[in-house]
Amino acid sequence: MKNSLKQNYLENLRGTKLNSKEFYNEVLSVKTIPKFNYSWATGVAIGKFLNGLKEGKILASICSGCESKQVPPMLFCHECFKPMVKMEKISDQGRINTYSLAYINTDATRREKPEIPIVIDFDETINTRDGEPSGILHKLDENSDLSKIKIGSRVKAVWKNENDRIGDITDILYFELMEEN
Amino acid sequence: MKKNRVGMVSVGMTKFNRRAKETAKELCYYSSKMALDNAGLTRKDIDGVIVGSAPDAFDGVHQKHEYLTDGSGGMNLPSTRGYVGGGTGVFSPIQGWYQIASGMFDTILVTTEEKMSTVQPSAQAAFLTIFDNLIERPLGPNLIWIFALEMQRYMKKHNIPKEHIASVSVKNKLNAIDHPANMLGRKHTLEEVLEAEIMADPVRLLDVSPVADGSVSFVMMSEKKIKENGISYDDVAWVDGVGWNVDTTLWNNRDLYYPKYVEKAAKQAYHMAGLKDDEINPTSLRKWLDFAEPYDPFNYKELHHLEGLQLFEKGGAPKAAFEGITARDGDFPVTPSGGLLGVGNPIAAAAGMKTAELFFQLTGSAGKRQVELNENPRGLAQAWGDLMQVGTVLIMKGGRVE
Repeated sequence: MKNSLKQNYLENLRGTKLNSKEFYNEVLSVKTIPKFNYSWATGVAIGKFLNGLKEGKILASICSGCESKQVPPMLFCHECFKPMVKMEKISDQGRINTYSLAYINTDATRREKPEIPIVIDFDETINTRDGEPSGILHKLDENSDLSKIKIGSRVKAVWKNENDRIGDITDILYFELMEEN
Repeated sequence: MKKNRVGMVSVGMTKFNRRAKETAKELCYYSSKMALDNAGLTRKDIDGVIVGSAPDAFDGVHQKHEYLTDGSGGMNLPSTRGYVGGGTGVFSPIQGWYQIASGMFDTILVTTEEKMSTVQPSAQAAFLTIFDNLIERPLGPNLIWIFALEMQRYMKKHNIPKEHIASVSVKNKLNAIDHPANMLGRKHTLEEVLEAEIMADPVRLLDVSPVADGSVSFVMMSEKKIKENGISYDDVAWVDGVGWNVDTTLWNNRDLYYPKYVEKAAKQAYHMAGLKDDEINPTSLRKWLDFAEPYDPFNYKELHHLEGLQLFEKGGAPKAAFEGITARDGDFPVTPSGGLLGVGNPIAAAAGMKTAELFFQLTGSAGKRQVELNENPRGLAQAWGDLMQVGTVLIMKGGRVE
């Protein structure tokens, strides 16, 4: 076996760069738009959670083995692995755990006015893993006073009209900053 | 359990490009053939292959590993896929390690590949599919959101100035100039990074690594085979410790300021390498290791990971980076390769490139990127992926083993 390890074998790396004009030229690419449609079962826990949203309630699951009271609810506790048999309505208020002012859309196009994704820590939740609260990803009202958006700011859910709710996370339109901030 | 010693004996790679003309399989061929050639081996000499690649959604080709296996030298051989998102490039060599360490095989050819230019209009559209399908995707999220949310939490927790984080982009893009696969390496000022186009506050364009096409391969061998082949121990990087860990996909259900799963993966690797708990602290570890290649898809992630790896105190990495401690000629070089921020980020191949840097550095073949090594040289590569939940860690050791 030849021992060529010490030679500088990285000098002529292969891999050919295409510029966007070349790339999008019909000759160099084959295009296809696959179409798949999925219909996901929402499951035991999230199914109930979504039904709760339709009724204007946020449901947390309660662990039969530890103190955990969690949103989004689960069928089982991922910490102690016991079933989470009970669900309970909790307050739709909480605090901003973290936030961003996002100037790009899902397809990477830009937007003038930022969307405001936030992670909400719900007041009445108990997360037993590190004593952290529990919560979900959602958005803050785009017309919020930007100077008042801080980690720890108090927020509450703004719901769709009862008749328009369909049992989806978007039944909560967004969260809004509370007066007390 | 008695484990056989395993060494990495060669590396092959392609250039990293925004769009490669080659198909994914052709990229795999270039890097895997190069790795074989550099070891003086042919396909007949290998017992099996590992093919690491991240989501199939980038390629629009289902079961990518089966599609890539022949390009990776694996036709009619035992072939395994490495597939833990961004963590793949470090996990694939770990898979190579355990197939050899167990005594099952002697020689494994590992390839880590990604072609991200295929999905239109951008890779962002495919990244959407990693979010929870029931309660997150209806909100129309994009990948930058979660990085922005995590970075905001990290900065707030430790009161970190953005300048400290931005200095990582300057350092890595500068280091990348000397890397042969380099796509984006160049000299940037701190101001350029701080004032780059806003994406999702606090993330700006130069805080982010670019999507790319590329492939990196390695040959891994048992010590027995290395001896039989007459390979000098000076030309081998030995696997010293490995670790991997996965948290839940409920990413917003843990405090994002600190990657606990990286800590757990790192401790697994340190323990395997023989360290005791009281030796796993920043001061001891930075003496024990000569350099590190933590995963840097975003500048703050390098710092976040250095803390998870116990190489700096919580909140201590940003200042160290800003003060030059982690520069290539600093006290503790971090990402001498130039990393994902500089060389480019073809996901699985990007962390493969970080693993390859351990080989180059530890065999003294890193050229202009060479860092100073101690008598018992060691380096650590770490990758991270999926939905803020995977940590993979590989420690390798150079020179003569005891």
